[in-house]
Amino acid sequence: MKCFAELLDRLLLTPSRNAKLKLMADHFREVSDPDRGLALAALTGNLSFASVKPALLRALIAERMDPVLFAYSYDYVGDLAETISLVWPGADAAGDEDISLSEAVERLHGASRSDAPAVLANLLDQLQPDSRFAIIKLVTGGLRVGVSARLAKQALADLGSVDVHEIEEIWHGLEPPYNDLFAWLDGKANKPEHGSLALFRPVMLSNPVQDGDLERIDPADYVAEWKWDGIRVQAVCEGDLRRLYSRTGDEISGAFPDLLEALDFSGALDGELLVGHPPDHTGSFSDLQQRLNRKSVSAKTMRDYPAFMRCYDLLLDGGEDTRSLPFSDRRARLEAFVGGLDPTRFDLSPIVAFTDWQELDQLRSEPPHPVIEGIMLKRRDAPYVPGRPKGPWFKWKRDPHIIDAVLMYAQRGHGKRSSFYSDYTFGVWTGPETQPELVPVGKAYFGFTDEELRQIDKYVRDNTIDRFGPVRSVRAERDHGLVLEVAFEGLNRSTRHKSGVAMRFPRISRLRWDKPPAEADRLETLAAMLDG
Amino acid sequence: MCPEPACMRAAGICAVSSDFARPSTNAAKAYLFRTMQARDLLHPRPEGLYCPPGDFFIDPVRPVDRALITHGHSDHARAGHRHVLATQQTLEIMALRYGEDFAHSSQAGSLGETIDVNGVRVSFHPAGHVLGSAQIAVEHGGIRIVASGDYKRAPDPTCADFELVPCDVFITEATFGLPVFRHPRPRDEIGRLLKSVSQFPERAHLVGAYALGKAQRVIRLIRDCGYDHPIYIHGALARLCDYYDTQGIDLGPLEPATVERSAKRDFSGAIVVGPPSAFADRWARRFPDPVTAFASGWMRIRQRVKQRGVELPLILSDHSDWDELTRTITETGAREVWVTHGREEALVRWCELQGVTARPLHLVGYEDEAE
Repeated sequence: MKCFAELLDRLLLTPSRNAKLKLMADHFREVSDPDRGLALAALTGNLSFASVKPALLRALIAERMDPVLFAYSYDYVGDLAETISLVWPGADAAGDEDISLSEAVERLHGASRSDAPAVLANLLDQLQPDSRFAIIKLVTGGLRVGVSARLAKQALADLGSVDVHEIEEIWHGLEPPYNDLFAWLDGKANKPEHGSLALFRPVMLSNPVQDGDLERIDPADYVAEWKWDGIRVQAVCEGDLRRLYSRTGDEISGAFPDLLEALDFSGALDGELLVGHPPDHTGSFSDLQQRLNRKSVSAKTMRDYPAFMRCYDLLLDGGEDTRSLPFSDRRARLEAFVGGLDPTRFDLSPIVAFTDWQELDQLRSEPPHPVIEGIMLKRRDAPYVPGRPKGPWFKWKRDPHIIDAVLMYAQRGHGKRSSFYSDYTFGVWTGPETQPELVPVGKAYFGFTDEELRQIDKYVRDNTIDRFGPVRSVRAERDHGLVLEVAFEGLNRSTRHKSGVAMRFPRISRLRWDKPPAEADRLETLAAMLDG
Repeated sequence: MCPEPACMRAAGICAVSSDFARPSTNAAKAYLFRTMQARDLLHPRPEGLYCPPGDFFIDPVRPVDRALITHGHSDHARAGHRHVLATQQTLEIMALRYGEDFAHSSQAGSLGETIDVNGVRVSFHPAGHVLGSAQIAVEHGGIRIVASGDYKRAPDPTCADFELVPCDVFITEATFGLPVFRHPRPRDEIGRLLKSVSQFPERAHLVGAYALGKAQRVIRLIRDCGYDHPIYIHGALARLCDYYDTQGIDLGPLEPATVERSAKRDFSGAIVVGPPSAFADRWARRFPDPVTAFASGWMRIRQRVKQRGVELPLILSDHSDWDELTRTITETGAREVWVTHGREEALVRWCELQGVTARPLHLVGYEDEAE
């Protein structure tokens, strides 16, 4: 349990992706079965317990501690799970004996509803504070250590020196504690083959068009489609199994029962999940957001924002794997395949006709719908290859939106940037022209060079007017301040921000040392860009 | 009748008495009598804790005529007093920090030896906090009060172990006076640091540690775990580390973490110890992809860790945790406990639950454990 608790804490506090991968791979290397497999299940959200509610935790601690002392403690710490893990009596014995993760999981799984509180309390009695915290987080169902299932799979790939696609492909046929998977990664057994149905097929991704790319390729070899800004999904039906996957192989079926119901075919489709009524009405990104990051969804939300799939590709046609066929053949099959599906839930991603790059560039800059973020180019003869091969697929994005904003707050970064003020909150002017004030509209922490970072850091240190922990408030007046040119992909309405807008993917595109802050943009400019 | 003695009214102190009700029973009268005796012996004044019969202050925060100092941390040991009485090591540490002329005159108190100060018996006893740290026992008119200064009970290879001094009134610190503060074993914390060093050999590990006491303890603990490579130290630590060495505390090979511009050395895999403030400074940019660690009792609280941007918290404190505080209060046998600097209210509550009289002292000018 100690090892697992330590891993969780280190993952929580480690900002670097590579360091997180290293921490996980080392854990999987050092810890034996089945504990490492249970750790993997916990990290990928595949370990569940009859959930424990905060009220139960409060009741358990109330039996063990003076309520006034607990109130002081909770008030100071702020997090219930953490407070209880620290104040729980006992454990100052600091013994070396430890309960393994597998034993803890076994006891919790074996507990009936009525004796679950006693089983949990007994575990807490026997563990140290960090392990207690891990257990409480597990049973209350929220590790939140900043690790996606995808990242955990990458760590497995690093462990076994295999391609992450190999893991994604077999992942949904595996069960905790994954002994067969680890045996393969350790080189002690063959790759697990389960013959399971409706598994995920690792997706094919594109590279951005860069300078010179288009000169080297022939427009006649490529097909163009719109690049839709929804979420890339894969819908698979085999036998009785229907599954909807994200592009990283996470199963998201539960959030889209309306679409799942329409998965009435035998095959695997690659496409974009959008909301609206195809083909004529496609909802905005804000509409789509009503359906994202939900574990369950209400009937009203499904009625107001029905999910549908705009299909790009066909990976499995009946029982036939079509991935090795050229794109043009797969497209022909796709058109026939989608023709047989429910038209309120499936449509075809239209082909964009063009003759040369200049014409396509024109189309790209004036797309017919706000949810289009550019153009996709696919080589006619290319097979469907997992990953991001260079050449067969390109994305050619619409140019970003640009505004000039004023730096308002700067926060110290992490890791390599821990001595730099590297996270910037910027604002635009609002209020009457004669007495304008700045309102924050976004935060960005990349887009600048290392040299520019040094310059901004110096500016922040020289122009600090207030400090709040790691954050500094910076001089931002009409005639004194730093103007940042900010590029972003889109704008949503937001009730959480004072400005009423939230930027998507903002980054610093240029430092405007030359520009007086008074000439930065106003909030009205942003309001005019709001979708729909 | 106002229960304040004349000397307190004269000094303009009355807030401390406001929580005492008028005596209504004989028992309460007897209790009040003892309390008043104790408060005649020591009570707070703006300068610090004052002893009227001995005419001295303990750890005064402003310059006074006669000061008794528990230990060398700057919020307890200040320059500019006329006469200072402290342990030899504390006096030497003050001289290192403030210069030889830190006081007009000074006198060393040996541990356990009783010194008469204007008829008040005073003695120093190890507090286990940092090198030279001592509790101060003050005895007069049949009452013994022990002012703990800062103390810890956990063993520390860089200073003498805490000595339990039975007393009537125990004045305890409360830096970590909440039940959430329970320090883990130091060697487990150092173990995590060394594991990280071996996991990330391409990165430098920057360990933030207060310059007096914590830094040397961290270094010594690292040595005890078998790490014998040079440890790099920030310039602010050099004199104190040298001083610890003269006191027989071997810190192993130490090298300055400063570099000539022309000869940038590679700090990959190095452990660098420095004051925490230095790591947020431009000074830290010389290190490759640093892992920021911080050795402090505050690292127990994840939110504190996140706020500071610490990647590797080391829960290591020179103050008592909750269990040590409550155990010590019990063991001193004190019938009354005065609680100072820190989270007084929780410790006062705990004493109430145990049937021990307790009150907060509200001394001003002492910091939380340095951050």
